[in-house]
Amino acid sequence: MSTLTIDKAGPTRKVKYGSMSRDRAWALRWSYFFLVLFAIFFLTPPLYMLITSLKSSAEISAATNPWWVFHPTLSNYVELLTSNQFLRFFWNSSIVAIVVVVITMLISIPAAFALARMKFWGSATLATGVFLTYLIPDSLLFIPLFKMLAVIQDVTGITLLNRWYVLLFIYPTLTVPFCTWIMIGYFASIPKELDEAALIDGASWLQTLTRIFIPVALPGLIAATIFAFTVSWAQFLYPLVFTTSVDQLVLPVGITTTLIKGDVFNWGQIMTGALLGAAPPLIIYAFLMDYYIAGLTAGATKG
Amino acid sequence: MADVSLRKVVKRYDDVEAVRGIDLDISDHEFIVLVGPSGCGKSTTLRMIAGLEDISDGDIMIGGDIVNDVPPKDRDIAMVFQNYALYPHMTVAENMSFGLRLKHYPKAEIKARVTEAARLLDITDLVDRKPKQLSGGQRQRVAMGRAIVRNPKVFLFDEPLSNLDAKLRVQMRIEIKKVHQKVRTTTVYVTHDQVEAMTLADRVVVMNRGRIEQIGTPNELYHKPATRFVAGFIGSPAMNFIPCRLEDVGGSLQIRLTDRIAFALPAARAARYNALPRTDKLLLGLRPEHLTESHAHHGPGIESFDTVLDVTEPMGMETLVYFGLDGTPVCGRVDPNAGATDGAPMRLAMDLNNMHLLNEETGVVL
Amino acid sequence: MREPPGARAAPIAGSRPNWAGFAIPLQESDTMADVVVEQGHTVSAARARKPTSLRNILGRKSTVAFMLTLPLILLVGLLVLYPALYSVHLATLNKSMQKFVALGNFQFLFKRDTFWMVVKQSCIFALTAVFFKALIGFIVAHFVHNIPGKKQRKWRGMLLVPWVIPPAMSTLAWLWLFDPSYSAFNYTLSLFGIGPVNWLGDTFWARFSVILVNVWYGAPFFLIMYLAALKSVPDQLYEAAAIDGANWWQKIWYVTLPMMRNIIAITALFSLIVTFANFDIVRILTSGGPLDKTHLFATWAFKVGIEGSDIPLGASVSLFMVPILAIAAIFILRDVSKRGNEA
Repeated sequence: MSTLTIDKAGPTRKVKYGSMSRDRAWALRWSYFFLVLFAIFFLTPPLYMLITSLKSSAEISAATNPWWVFHPTLSNYVELLTSNQFLRFFWNSSIVAIVVVVITMLISIPAAFALARMKFWGSATLATGVFLTYLIPDSLLFIPLFKMLAVIQDVTGITLLNRWYVLLFIYPTLTVPFCTWIMIGYFASIPKELDEAALIDGASWLQTLTRIFIPVALPGLIAATIFAFTVSWAQFLYPLVFTTSVDQLVLPVGITTTLIKGDVFNWGQIMTGALLGAAPPLIIYAFLMDYYIAGLTAGATKG
Repeated sequence: MADVSLRKVVKRYDDVEAVRGIDLDISDHEFIVLVGPSGCGKSTTLRMIAGLEDISDGDIMIGGDIVNDVPPKDRDIAMVFQNYALYPHMTVAENMSFGLRLKHYPKAEIKARVTEAARLLDITDLVDRKPKQLSGGQRQRVAMGRAIVRNPKVFLFDEPLSNLDAKLRVQMRIEIKKVHQKVRTTTVYVTHDQVEAMTLADRVVVMNRGRIEQIGTPNELYHKPATRFVAGFIGSPAMNFIPCRLEDVGGSLQIRLTDRIAFALPAARAARYNALPRTDKLLLGLRPEHLTESHAHHGPGIESFDTVLDVTEPMGMETLVYFGLDGTPVCGRVDPNAGATDGAPMRLAMDLNNMHLLNEETGVVL
Repeated sequence: MREPPGARAAPIAGSRPNWAGFAIPLQESDTMADVVVEQGHTVSAARARKPTSLRNILGRKSTVAFMLTLPLILLVGLLVLYPALYSVHLATLNKSMQKFVALGNFQFLFKRDTFWMVVKQSCIFALTAVFFKALIGFIVAHFVHNIPGKKQRKWRGMLLVPWVIPPAMSTLAWLWLFDPSYSAFNYTLSLFGIGPVNWLGDTFWARFSVILVNVWYGAPFFLIMYLAALKSVPDQLYEAAAIDGANWWQKIWYVTLPMMRNIIAITALFSLIVTFANFDIVRILTSGGPLDKTHLFATWAFKVGIEGSDIPLGASVSLFMVPILAIAAIFILRDVSKRGNEA
């Protein structure tokens, strides 16, 4: 095709020569230019977190150039990582997130398997219902849940409010619907013949699930796990409502409520705490980016 | 190993009857092929034998026992699927041994069986690979291997060669035949490809619209089809069906194809068809190989006529010629040196010794 | 159920020669025994068997399925559906939750200017934020799509970072960037002789700021969605359009947008719901201030219901999200199917 263009264009119309590739080169240059601008926009807050976290209180209040660290120090990190209170937040967050992931998987995987493969009365409705549940936001439920917990506490005498473990069964309401939904998608994409082969090979439904479906749908499982973990780790409203004592707080609430107190904000520590709080999801993302993105897009494309 | 029997087996989906009362007896060691167009109920029948579909009515027996309500795993069958259905996360060896491992066979025996099956199928080098790393033909072999190691009473094949290219299909067809000769396990094989059916089967079951049209050896089906459907389905290019009627001319029986063309029937045929009412609308069924170029001398029952060819298709060893008889398209097979040309007139010969006569309304071969 | 497998290991008397020389013990005998046992009930029920035993099988399978979905049903029922209905009940009580006041809370809300301000602010917040998220996501997705191969992965990875950081954490960084006395933005602007801007104290700038942060947080999600959609458009379509003489704008209008309609609508629907129900950003950035000018349904419900201990009123406020979200969902879903029919 390019030779054709050259022949026809001749010397007088040299302008046309290679116009496709030249257009593309320009498009690429402009793309890079704008991408740099957007990258600055998107990365400024996390970078600013990092910059501030390396500053001493003195340097922050001296109001020098905020975008530069003149006397880098790790004192903020040392202080937080040796503070029992901060470690407590971190511990609470970790245990909640990990247990919620386990609970989510224990509920989602069997349910998704049943909904994807074992057609039964009401299964289609239930699948749609799961999807709609995913659309119900936390800000709609925190008040009735708060009241429910209070009532249960009054009736049974079991302390539920202001206890971190209450989050263990509240968080799954956020993670289970989405994880079930994407696992239905992954399971449904496994050819029907595969479970029929397993059935003929003598596998029970449970064996089909554990020995065929779970290994085959492992990428989906990882995506769902990442989702459940990040949602649990980032959840802010429920712990803010349900927990108040310092030793019961998870990280996001702990940092926002205990480090921001009084009139003088210790911004160096706040930014350090925020950065440390953002670290686990960022690390997971850095190593499992493809699964993360697969999970993200799977939810919507299957809607 | 065992025989398989189907007694008035019916499969209904809501209002639709996919399989409408099938009776079939498959004896031990037999290789049976269910063949028919898509939607004829052949796959459903196979899946009912496997236990993957519940039967709506009738009985299925394996080894003399009614297995209607026996789950697939307890029917002692093995199945090869069209898309192979290999477990993608397991190696070839793990794929083949999965069923045995579920039944907690001793490791040594599993290994022995897998090794032996791999040797039989010539996939010994592949046992540690994952299905992704295999070609279509190799996957097919593994799927068969998985069936073989189980040493089941019955092998079930569901269109196992449909995903392979034409050349590989021929090769695997021979492979399957070889394996069956060694293993001798009762086999039910489903395909839509009549060539596969003819080449593999001890007996072929032709199905159409949920019913069995005919059961017979490949030769019986080819030479003595019972219905128009079977006659048209088996053989390629398909049998010609030419509208015709019987006439009595001077005490002998003749068959009239067009106003111009009518032939006296050979004696044997005349005796067979003599009792038929002359008013019936009939079809002359004639395979293309019985419509050849005309020679100077012909034996009895071979009649020549002139026609103008529409299209010719040189195939190398023969040339297919297409022409019309009163608007009915007809195909013949002539010698490549017979000089058949598009649009040219040609003298052809009909071998009425191999003719079939069908009732146009009922489709029954008379 | 079967004989111990060990018995099969060695060739034993009574085994029959098998294909390829395997010695397989007489398997029929034991399997047959199984079947005979099974036949016991099969035969007895012989003719009448079909309906009952078939139902048994279905019954067994659906029982298993039901057991597998039971935890999900319980979770959703007890901790999602029940609280949702419970909040309707709560909304009909008075502040001390002892008296049934029917629609009293709603009547009370309708009379308050703050409520109508929250309605207005929530709508402005959600619509503006979703619009800019979608726009930025769409534009950046195209730029990223232009980048070849491996580098594209790096850029995509970098640009998704805002979505990965827990919003409560990143909003703290924004809060610090907007700080009244130490704002890094104001410092930068002052270099150009602009400012200082009262980011979170002035009504306009406070609203601008919460929307900006939400756009910053949510745009990467749109970017990823659109990028996935762009990749699913076959190259041949663009080549065909180029041969038909389409310029870049026409390619977007006639090829890209129609192919992406579905995903644009679905992403926007998701985002609209999430943005409308947003809590974290406003809560941390402004707590609804100045003078309630940035409150959303969620933050105001929190203020009224939890901080103000008027649970019924708080429940009433959050319930107001339901019709608006439902309408948004129906509207966009209808739009999808309508456009689907046109195509």
